Amino acid sequence: MPVIEVSELSRDFGDFTAVDAVSFAVEKGELFGFLGPNGAGKTTTISMLCTLLKLTSGSARVAGHDVARERDAVRKSIGLIFQDPTLDERLTGLQNLKFHAMLYGVTREEFAVRSAELLEMVELTDKARENVRSYSGGMKRRLEIARGLLHHPEVLFLDEPTIGLDPQTRAHIWDYLLELRQDKGLTLFLTTHSMDEAENCDRIAIMDHGKIIALDTPDRLKEMVGGDVVTLETADNARAATLLAEAFGVSPQVTQSGTLIIETAEGARFIPHAMTTLSNAPEPVEVFSVSLQRPTIENVFIKLTGRTIRESESTGAERMRARHGGMGPGRRR
Amino acid sequence: MDLRKEFLGAYTVWYREVLRFFTDKSRIFGAIAQPVLFLVVLGGGISSAIKGVMASGGPLGAAASGLGGGFNYLAFLFPGILGMSVLFTSIMSAISIVWDREFGFLKEVLVAPVSRTSVAIGKIAGGSTVAMAQGALILLLAPLVGVKFGILQGVELLLIMLLLAAVMSSLGLLIASRQKTMEGFQVIMQFVIMPMLFLSGAFFPLTKGSWVTLIARFIPVTYGVDALRQIMLPASVMANFRIAPVEVEVLVLAGFFVVFLVPAVALFSKQD
Repeated sequence: MPVIEVSELSRDFGDFTAVDAVSFAVEKGELFGFLGPNGAGKTTTISMLCTLLKLTSGSARVAGHDVARERDAVRKSIGLIFQDPTLDERLTGLQNLKFHAMLYGVTREEFAVRSAELLEMVELTDKARENVRSYSGGMKRRLEIARGLLHHPEVLFLDEPTIGLDPQTRAHIWDYLLELRQDKGLTLFLTTHSMDEAENCDRIAIMDHGKIIALDTPDRLKEMVGGDVVTLETADNARAATLLAEAFGVSPQVTQSGTLIIETAEGARFIPHAMTTLSNAPEPVEVFSVSLQRPTIENVFIKLTGRTIRESESTGAERMRARHGGMGPGRRR
Repeated sequence: MDLRKEFLGAYTVWYREVLRFFTDKSRIFGAIAQPVLFLVVLGGGISSAIKGVMASGGPLGAAASGLGGGFNYLAFLFPGILGMSVLFTSIMSAISIVWDREFGFLKEVLVAPVSRTSVAIGKIAGGSTVAMAQGALILLLAPLVGVKFGILQGVELLLIMLLLAAVMSSLGLLIASRQKTMEGFQVIMQFVIMPMLFLSGAFFPLTKGSWVTLIARFIPVTYGVDALRQIMLPASVMANFRIAPVEVEVLVLAGFFVVFLVPAVALFSKQD
């Protein structure tokens, strides 16, 4: 039985539909990723699943409880890590954990064992008695992960868990998350707008304009792109595109950064033929560089929306600003 | 509703307020230093001015003498300073919920399986406890200004401070529920807290028939300070300017408490 079941879930802010009839299910023990540009509705969806935001329509069940009707039961069975830190900086790490344990009714004996174990896991045992104010960004995040797990949640929700952290710390946080799923069989539900991070997930839902536009394993999603991705830099991208389209029946895309992207079944065999075609043309097109890649999630997003995630971010953010006077729905809480 | 769980939730919020006060040494120091400063500077300055006016005779001197022979301004000011400390601490404690909102911590509380009502009540109880504890520390200075009282009066003083703190914490939460950022705080300080302090009779006697006295009757601090004063000072001194008997003042404070508490909790529970 799925641990998260969402059916036709929607949320409006005035006349703006932030989440539009979204349906999906997450299995127990899965690492499930919500990928999309800022303003796509990821945070709004997570807020509804965590009972922080009322649903406009549809329904959702988390750990067997209805998010609209069994609020406290849902809250007890989830752990939450928000985009922005939610620690009390004037208290020590251990005091922050203690406060959480009290709010969630974790007994004193259980807290002693559990907090020691979790602090060990996130490597904060030595710092536990220091004020959180002296922690680095990565340490705060780790403490929040430990705190989120204190009351034995069935699902851990993470809203952009690595946003604002340096690459090394990001990798570190991901080690914990993968370990958690492996060893504890915990269900992890996270949102991200980072393609690399999304690759770590068991399944990814790609969200755009409040709708899920694709949902599958990273490999299967990448299969949607026709095999390999060949990227060319040429003296005349438009003419090169026409020549290659005529010769091989491919449909090259010219990106904003001035490269030519071609999807093809067997990239390694395609490249020599393409070079010959371009140099033997009546007016040859000079090629500066060629690269061959396995498709990435970014290629999937481009294929589905015709935009890169970064391009969508700017339009998404502008859309939000226009509607909410500088505040996206995620910031309304 | 699971009452035990709700009580634990409120207790947790209360516990955090108290823990934060007692682990912050600079806050404890400030809590003592500010009243001492007021007693020394304001008390010292005005005491000598009153003596000067009394000695000079004339209509002003007569008015001053009306306060009673041997009027000790420091002893008169002391309960006012207690009231001031309780007012500042409790209202600030409640308004700190706006900080918690800005710095994200409030989210951690609001997603917990505890009702908003319990969170609000815990917050008010926490602010009141801290304000009373601070008042208790200042009370230790009483011998220095020549105020004497027994254990029973000491307990009465603490209870009145607690009641006044509960009133002001509720008012603080009522204000904080409507506030999204700390930016409006200066305005509240200037137009709500300071006038309440100055018009409450904390620093000067409220004489019958003046416009200040009329306004003072609508300010909860007035009743708190007056009750503290009646318990600390001899009845002969108080006869000239007390507002009402202590029992009545306690009832009025209790009334203010309910009037602020109900909408504060309702508003806090309603926000998303």
